[in-house]
Amino acid sequence: MISESVVELSRWQFAITAMYHFLFVPLTLGLSFLLAIMESVYVMTGKQIYRDMTKFWGKLFGINFALGVTTGLTMEFQFGTNWAYYSHYVGDVFGAPLAIEGLVAFFLESTMIGLFFFGWDRLSKVQHLAVTWLVALGSNFSALWILIANGWMQNPVGAYFNFETMRMEMDSFTEVLLNPVAQVKFVHTVSAGYVTGAIFVLAVSSYFMLRNRDIPFARRSFAIASAFGLASAISVIVLGDESGYEVGEVQKVKLAAIEAEWETHPAPAAFTVVGLPNEETMTTDYALKIPGALGLIATRSLDEEVTGIKDLVAHAEDRIRNGIVAYGLLEKLRNGEDTPENRAAFSEVSVDLGYGLLLKRYTEEVVDATEEQIKLAARDTIPKVAPMFWTFRVMVGAGFTMLLLFVLAFVFTAKRKVVQTRWLQWFALLSLPLPWIASEMGWFVAEFGRQPWAIGEILPTYVATSHLTETDLWMSLAGFIGLYTLFLVIEIYLMVKYIRKGPSALQTGRYHFEQNTATQGA
Amino acid sequence: MFDYETLRLVWWLLVGVLLIGFAIADGMDLGTAMMIPVLGKTDTERRVIINTIGPHWDGNQVWLITAGGAIFAAWPLVYATAFSGFYWAMLLVLFALFFRPVGFEYRSKKDSVAWRRNWDYALAVGSFVPSLVFGVAFGNLFLGVPFYFDEFTRPIYTGSFWALLNPFAIVCGLASVAMLALQGATWLQMRAGGEVQGRAQAMATLLGPVLAVLLAVAGAWLYYGIPGYEISSTVVGDAPSNPLSKTVTTTDNWFGNYTAYPILWALVAASVALPILTSLMAKMGKSGFAFTLSSLAIASIILMTGFTLFPFVMPSSTNLASALTLWDATSSALTLEIMFWVALFFVPIILGYTFWGYYKMWRRIEPEFIEQNSVSNY
Repeated sequence: MISESVVELSRWQFAITAMYHFLFVPLTLGLSFLLAIMESVYVMTGKQIYRDMTKFWGKLFGINFALGVTTGLTMEFQFGTNWAYYSHYVGDVFGAPLAIEGLVAFFLESTMIGLFFFGWDRLSKVQHLAVTWLVALGSNFSALWILIANGWMQNPVGAYFNFETMRMEMDSFTEVLLNPVAQVKFVHTVSAGYVTGAIFVLAVSSYFMLRNRDIPFARRSFAIASAFGLASAISVIVLGDESGYEVGEVQKVKLAAIEAEWETHPAPAAFTVVGLPNEETMTTDYALKIPGALGLIATRSLDEEVTGIKDLVAHAEDRIRNGIVAYGLLEKLRNGEDTPENRAAFSEVSVDLGYGLLLKRYTEEVVDATEEQIKLAARDTIPKVAPMFWTFRVMVGAGFTMLLLFVLAFVFTAKRKVVQTRWLQWFALLSLPLPWIASEMGWFVAEFGRQPWAIGEILPTYVATSHLTETDLWMSLAGFIGLYTLFLVIEIYLMVKYIRKGPSALQTGRYHFEQNTATQGA
Repeated sequence: MFDYETLRLVWWLLVGVLLIGFAIADGMDLGTAMMIPVLGKTDTERRVIINTIGPHWDGNQVWLITAGGAIFAAWPLVYATAFSGFYWAMLLVLFALFFRPVGFEYRSKKDSVAWRRNWDYALAVGSFVPSLVFGVAFGNLFLGVPFYFDEFTRPIYTGSFWALLNPFAIVCGLASVAMLALQGATWLQMRAGGEVQGRAQAMATLLGPVLAVLLAVAGAWLYYGIPGYEISSTVVGDAPSNPLSKTVTTTDNWFGNYTAYPILWALVAASVALPILTSLMAKMGKSGFAFTLSSLAIASIILMTGFTLFPFVMPSSTNLASALTLWDATSSALTLEIMFWVALFFVPIILGYTFWGYYKMWRRIEPEFIEQNSVSNY
């Protein structure tokens, strides 16, 4: 029997290390493009200040990038160390995009980043600019392949279960590549990264303006970030809405949980703005609803239904019963009864094998599961509603706040009034945490909402772990938390240190702290 | 295009190529960084050492990441079994590797003696530990690893972390450290200026014979003292991947392949001779030749290891039939084929821009250069 606490601890470890990794990734994605834009302006205009901008923001980029690389290593190792059964079960499909990520994207990004930092006096202007663009492209390609892998976990297309090898095998690479969930996720995620980069530059530039330091430098940085950020924020929101489309069953469940949609209502369903979801009674107390809005968002129509949680549970129960049959046939096939009849019967029901495996949490003998166990397993297919409901709303709230900021920043930039508008600078500075809050909440919705599945409808999280002890997990978890905390403290310390110095950190002699007091007053 | 059997063989070679790429490229900066406190006496000297690999370590490290990803994609069962079985060894490598990106990037961002000294040691330990553990892990492959599969092909490891640290494996670990340190020393002799260059030369001169002796000891031990494994059932090269469908027996030693193909002894000879030649070149001051020979030594040693184990990838000591071989631990034919084309297309491109990067950054890092560009260097 698999230990429940090993599963729990493995999940915590993955969640903590993944969410920690994602503190650094979005800034890399966004800032790399901003660097490329700044350097392009430098190459086109020849103005030194744009070169300094690229170098200064590049320094902050480097401080962030180091931890992105560090924590990314964990992600590469962790599927094998802690999710061995997962790795075996889906490596044939899931491993491919990860390996391709290395070959196609990560090599490019990592090789070019060395040239970005050390190549200023070794490369021609245009060569260096090309290198900067390649860093940005590399990091974005990297996100593409990772999200193809992640998209497959949500909506596993292009693969089938092979009973001879006891695992999922790929039958269409094209389907894996063009998985609609992966495509939408990619654009939503990288745009969120661009927003993060833009908010970061807006906030730090505002800090310089509030301090009356290096105004020309801050004003130009602010202008570039506001235009880039506005376009990105619109794209995040439009494409986030796009991902409201339901594809697989898992996405339907996710949608129902996000919206605390307990019942299937006649189309078009109402949208619950806020309320208190209650797991016990399966109702949402004090709900404030907008009639028709959810139906419009989720189905883009007035006559399609949004399936409610209660109906989804009932549906899952049917599939579990089918899964029991599949499991029984699999045991026969594996134990010497490999007959054409059994093969044919198995291929009829093998799509529900994963639902059968859900029962593993309650009994070793899946085929003899009791009614009560089936009911419990069916209820498991719905993630806890309240966390989904709230994290989603926090994410959306943060998103719209940032959109407002970008609109204002863009308008004031166009009117050339940013430098004298203190409240806007304060707004930008105080918005600094918003993109991180939104990203973390977004990942929570995506991955917590995938539970109880490691691979949607294929492999329950419960059976996906490695054969480890509780002690192993406690110790490794302590190791990760200890080291990661240490690194985070150091990273923030250096970030603050370099932000305080501002462009003077470049020691060009042109900026605030390097001017003598006489010229400073002027 | 290719049949399943050929694809499996090709992927065994490709994983080998990635491991060789890792050991040559990232081995160079692992070897360099582990010697920071030994070869650099002053802050400037240590910065000379670090800045020879400054532009390159990050790209080099991707060889490791890609090798890991390729094993996941091409040999999912090996990835699952090795990473979860060697849990603490893997986490040790991981925790050690953490200190490298952070160390390189943060070390010179603060003007404090204690800060910089701590990062220097973090970089050295962070580079030494993985070099040691990789060797120890390979040593344990020869001994067989205690694992089996349950009826759902779930890998179950029954050994302990401490059992990995047996004398034979430690000799292999030390050989791995010597191999990568030699690579680092020849690199530094070629690229570092000032005092560091001379010290690196002395170190390279010393390490070649050390490596040769360690390899000879490990080889003799393997020949006389360690039983090998062989597949005792018929090998079906295109059967579905299921390790439990074969049988395995133990043999006197691992040298069955050498009896069948005596040409393999040439690899043994090369693996011992190349490190010594490397040292000779280093002593004569021909650092370019020394670095090339050291890289060839790495390729030869890894090929020798692979051919000795062939067709085994990860033998089991407790449940012989569970052994993972290149015939029964791979992905499906489709995945292998797709990955083959991707690798065939992109590896030359990667090599192209990697060489361009080295070419553009080629110079000897002198102490004066560090002092004059204090802000922009690591």
